[in-house]
Amino acid sequence: MPLENIRHIVLVLSGKGGVGKSSITTQLALALSLQGKSVGVLDIDLTGPSIPRFFGIEESRVKQAPGGWIPVEVHREQTLPRARQANGDASTQTSEVNGSTQDQEQGTHIGALSCMSLGFILPNRGDAVIWRGPKKTAMVRQFLTDVLWPELDFLLVDTPPGTSDEHISLLETLLKTTAHTSQLAGAVVVTTPQAIAISDVKKELNFCAKTGVRVLGVVENMAGFVCPNCSECCNVFSKGGGEVMARDFAVPFLGSVPIDPAFVMLVEEGVRPRYPKGTVVGGTALVEREEGGEDREGLLVDKYRECSLAPVFEGFVGRLVGDIEGRDGA
Amino acid sequence: MAPSLEEPVQVDLNAPLKAAPKLVAPEPEHCPGPESEQAGVADNCAGCPNQKICAAAPKGPDPDIPVITERLASVRHKILVLSGKGGVGKSTFSTMLSHAFASNPSLTVGLMDTDICGPSIPKMMGVEEETIHVSAEGWEPVWVSENLGVMSVQFMLPGRDDAVIWRGAKKNGLIKKFLMEVRWGDMDVLVVDTPPGTSDEHLSVNSFLKSSGVNGAVLVSTPQEVSLLDVRKEIDFCRKAKIPILGIVENMSGFVCPGCKHESQIFRASTGGAKRLAADEKIPFLGAVPLDPRIGMACDFGESFLDAYPESPACKAIRHVVRRVAEEIGMQGDVLEGEE
Repeated sequence: MPLENIRHIVLVLSGKGGVGKSSITTQLALALSLQGKSVGVLDIDLTGPSIPRFFGIEESRVKQAPGGWIPVEVHREQTLPRARQANGDASTQTSEVNGSTQDQEQGTHIGALSCMSLGFILPNRGDAVIWRGPKKTAMVRQFLTDVLWPELDFLLVDTPPGTSDEHISLLETLLKTTAHTSQLAGAVVVTTPQAIAISDVKKELNFCAKTGVRVLGVVENMAGFVCPNCSECCNVFSKGGGEVMARDFAVPFLGSVPIDPAFVMLVEEGVRPRYPKGTVVGGTALVEREEGGEDREGLLVDKYRECSLAPVFEGFVGRLVGDIEGRDGA
Repeated sequence: MAPSLEEPVQVDLNAPLKAAPKLVAPEPEHCPGPESEQAGVADNCAGCPNQKICAAAPKGPDPDIPVITERLASVRHKILVLSGKGGVGKSTFSTMLSHAFASNPSLTVGLMDTDICGPSIPKMMGVEEETIHVSAEGWEPVWVSENLGVMSVQFMLPGRDDAVIWRGAKKNGLIKKFLMEVRWGDMDVLVVDTPPGTSDEHLSVNSFLKSSGVNGAVLVSTPQEVSLLDVRKEIDFCRKAKIPILGIVENMSGFVCPGCKHESQIFRASTGGAKRLAADEKIPFLGAVPLDPRIGMACDFGESFLDAYPESPACKAIRHVVRRVAEEIGMQGDVLEGEE
């Protein structure tokens, strides 16, 4: 079985479109990789695949091997040099603030990351995929059975909005093929705080309940935007709705993710995230914006470490891994 | 079995419409589609339990199409609101467009929600709790005001949060019913809101409405490339399906901080935004609507943003876009008369 190399499968779901499923999937994958896990990302949004764009590998193509498709590699297992800290490199005299010197020597061990998406098969990025249900079903099945994943700790499955063909086929196939229950670990449900999005996402939670998929947690995305000019936080799409919904449905709430224009810049243009002087998120000072040009060098995962959202996702992933692997042992 | 890396084959958009036969088993993987010319006779049909049914199905055009055309004969303008990407504001824009047209008391406006799995129109219109009344003449749309009627799957669900776990064929059936059974009546504009993507709902709406004539599609996008990427696919879809494109609207472009009035590009247009895309693809650019948190709030409470904040820059931008849409579909005079 092609899925037998995979220890845990996590679905990323949302009833609503554009709430950031792909963005959350991307960041979960990067955060897992930063914790040394080997990660695969499968994009089953057939009519609007965004994963290739998020990982900056739009030009890549899937290779064919006897017996299946080889997913596109984002980065290999390796050790990154220690991340730059706000007060460390920018001003050397405060280097003692950074704590133990051991961390500086060791660097970060990251796990391999690879992706599979219909975007890697289309001849032209502007081409529409105009398919009715049965063809989508066939493609989803093929993605689940014909991709030669390497040994993976986690496979994240990014889905299109809704509760239709792709979702039904995905779950039918997974429920049939996954050997033990802990392999299909469950679903992370993404929402934004507005009532409109919440009402669609509630449908998705009911979908999970009906199909027997465990909800690992709800993530509230786009909760607040910190104005880069005056550092005032403004709730563009209101706030708090995700938490209330999670409580109503008695599922875990993982947390809120604010809008960070630096992350958008990182994804859109590959610019290393930089923040106005003195920006502090969750107690950690962020790397200051410097004079001069924008830095585009380095791996996505390396640059992501300096994004304000990285610690947020580190927390999410910590909880998810603890939850999933905790059940493994039991 | 080694998978092939062939270029994906598209659905035949020019196939004549036929009634889908009643199947005894789900459509198999490489099914040519029960509506297609090859139904029941293609190579893939060998061994399929549906083969006989498909082969025996009448091969003429769908007999329901004339019924739909008859029903919609009294609807003068039909506008589709499309976007490849989800959450860019299709439904929000559809409600704004409908409210703006309906602010002119001499126009009658309909709004049809074809997003079956994630219907948001009823909530945005503040009619979430309504249900459909069925009379001898058909289903009555839910009237938001004197001259604004709405139809959505949400009105038929027993529970507000119930998931609609349907495959494509079933969704198509409901959309057909919306067009065939609903008493749209004498109407000036019918706005059709769609789900994200280029799949069943879009193909169905297009094929059902083809013979009654659609004025065209308004594409909605946000400024980032991630969103434009999907909108490009939608443009490709419109061209292939021969749907005229009325133009493209850029939503959520720029955000003015309520604290310091500093404008930030939350969704940065790193590749020139929708304006550049419109120029590249040679389609009209209808305007840009700034991101205003009050729009989302108004939608959450089911109120019309245009009525609540008529002086806001976002409202002015929306009015401008609506005027441009009216121009594009050739409505005479100023449709938003009595304003400004």
